[in-house]
Amino acid sequence: MELIKLEDIYKTYHLGEIDVPVLKGVSLSVARGEMVALMGASGSGKTTLMNILGCLDRASTGRYWLDGQEISGLSSDELANLRNQKIGFVFQTFNLLPRTSALENVMMPLSYTPQGLPAREVRERCAALLQRVGLDDRMDHEPSQLSGGQQQRVAIARALVNRPPLLFADEPTGNLDSRTSEEILQMFGQLNAEEGITIILVTHDAGIARHAQRVIHIHDGMIEDGTGADEPQGAQAPRAAPGAQPPRRPEASP
Amino acid sequence: MSWLGAKFHSRTLRTAFHALRRNVMRSALTTLGIIIGVAAVIAMMEIGNGSSKAIQKSIASMGADNVIVMPGTAASGGVSFGGGSAMTLTPEDGDAIQRECPAARAVAPLARARTQVVYGNKNWVPLFIYGTSPSYLDVRDWSDLAEGDSFTDQDVRNASKVCLLGQTLVRELFGGASPIGQEVRVKNVAFKVVGVLGPKGANMMGMDQDDILIAPWTTIKRRVAGSSLANVNQSAGNAAAGATPAVNTLSDIYPGQPSLYPIPSDVQAADTPLPVRFQNVDTIMVAAQSPAEIPVAIRQITQLLHERHRIKPGEPDDFNIRDMTEMTRAMSSTTSLMTNLLLCVALISLVVGGVGIMNIMLVSVTERTREIGLRMAVGARARDILRQFLVEAIVLCVLGGALGIAFGRGGSLLVRALLHWPTELSVGAIFAAVIVSVSVGVIFGYYPAWKASRLDPIEALRYE
Repeated sequence: MELIKLEDIYKTYHLGEIDVPVLKGVSLSVARGEMVALMGASGSGKTTLMNILGCLDRASTGRYWLDGQEISGLSSDELANLRNQKIGFVFQTFNLLPRTSALENVMMPLSYTPQGLPAREVRERCAALLQRVGLDDRMDHEPSQLSGGQQQRVAIARALVNRPPLLFADEPTGNLDSRTSEEILQMFGQLNAEEGITIILVTHDAGIARHAQRVIHIHDGMIEDGTGADEPQGAQAPRAAPGAQPPRRPEASP
Repeated sequence: MSWLGAKFHSRTLRTAFHALRRNVMRSALTTLGIIIGVAAVIAMMEIGNGSSKAIQKSIASMGADNVIVMPGTAASGGVSFGGGSAMTLTPEDGDAIQRECPAARAVAPLARARTQVVYGNKNWVPLFIYGTSPSYLDVRDWSDLAEGDSFTDQDVRNASKVCLLGQTLVRELFGGASPIGQEVRVKNVAFKVVGVLGPKGANMMGMDQDDILIAPWTTIKRRVAGSSLANVNQSAGNAAAGATPAVNTLSDIYPGQPSLYPIPSDVQAADTPLPVRFQNVDTIMVAAQSPAEIPVAIRQITQLLHERHRIKPGEPDDFNIRDMTEMTRAMSSTTSLMTNLLLCVALISLVVGGVGIMNIMLVSVTERTREIGLRMAVGARARDILRQFLVEAIVLCVLGGALGIAFGRGGSLLVRALLHWPTELSVGAIFAAVIVSVSVGVIFGYYPAWKASRLDPIEALRYE
């Protein structure tokens, strides 16, 4: 079953008089449980696409189904709720709250869930997640007392706290050394394999993209035909069906 | 639903506290404006209240809290003799007012005379020669004598020939010398000077209040004046003169009225040869507990005198009560002017504090742009962000307000202890400070909070 389905997405920025088209008809789909890399040079529209996929931005035209829900027409409050419930974000710069303990950083998204959890359950869930990312002895440390890899683990725990089906990682290893990068990427692989979380890695580094089951290349606002060639270890890709043939209309949705 | 709301708010409040704790120094400096503002309000109000109390007290010493009870008007054959010409007030009325009117602080009967005072080869006609009781000094707030002591109630009962002199009279008769123990002659009656009054200056009409001689009213009445206002009120004077001067009978004053005092039988009179003296006084001066209680005092005195003088409802009063309306009005306008002035100063300082809060909150929003972006990315709605920053501002203001109240109270206590300024606790100011500091938080916190909530999460996340 498809978790993400984009249909003919266009995105145009209006800078004064000039219209800057960034996405020019992107269609793709990502199945549940996939680990996909989104690759492209800077200026290719990669970030814009990620923002649209992550419900942070809206497409100018086109349709987007997330988890079977058409989201193009949702209000910004509904989008916020969707982000809270269904999407976890991991950023290149970690974006942890300064001078706030790891545990509280992980707890932060829960304060925006509409159905509030009891304080004790919140604590237990967050502690368990920190344990899952191997930081059970660092719960009370503040970001400044943690190494880059540890900070990124806290960020991963924070992204998972609402048990989202979808995890976005925007250059998650950009600020890490190669060894730590490897650890983090392994953790993504683990989460994908063990928990069945769909992961989208946004990167410009082919070495990182290799960890994904499928690579989607974006170039100049369009998905490049990368159907099979770039699939590094596509052994267990649940659906071979290519999600992206930009110029053509995709198959009719079920 | 409501418990959910409460939970939501406690969560927001916790987040706010946390955010403020992350930057203790800045939070403290931010609230400093509010702390100073509120402390200024509280201290100002307390010192102001104290000062206006003190001003009230000093105006009261000019006689603003005095009520003057005058006898009614005597008239004969269509000829009125003017206010105060009837002889209807007795010293016993004064005693009764003192006893039965709770709003009256002190009462003094007054008998007036105007004549020459002689000492050695000097003479002077003082403006006032008052026969009264020692409580007169209390009524006029004049108890600080420059020299010597007041005469006593015993002197009043004995009609002793003792007197107190005002500063002007002392200067005119004695020059620089001390008059204590000397004798001055008033209408050929020798009065021994027992004390000298403190200086009081002119009254509101420009009359020199220090040009005065005070003696027991019994002495003035019996030895100096003879009969009250004899030279003013011919008919009353004649009536009084017609009766035995020392033992007046009521029938002369209230013709056709039943006697005020039971007439003793011959046997009783023989057994107790107490001379029952009826003597009128010219005026009774009453000091109310406070200027504010003057209307109450007037009501109580009116009722009491109606009973004592047996005035039936509908009959005209045989007395008049006057108060110092003009002075009271001046006093209340002084007080309200002072309060308004202080309020203006206080409001300005609070607005300055509020602008400070807004300034720092704006800086804080800019500085925390990424945090805002992150919060939005993980599901915070615009109104969550708005609420968070608003609550932070309000928490700052409320904390600042609380500290301000503490500092303000402390400051006014300090001023009281060190400078000996009068201060007065003002509960109203505390309430106002709390309300104002919360409103300042809402008003000046709203714009930065609104600005934060309008941020675009994408740009906020990339903000450097």
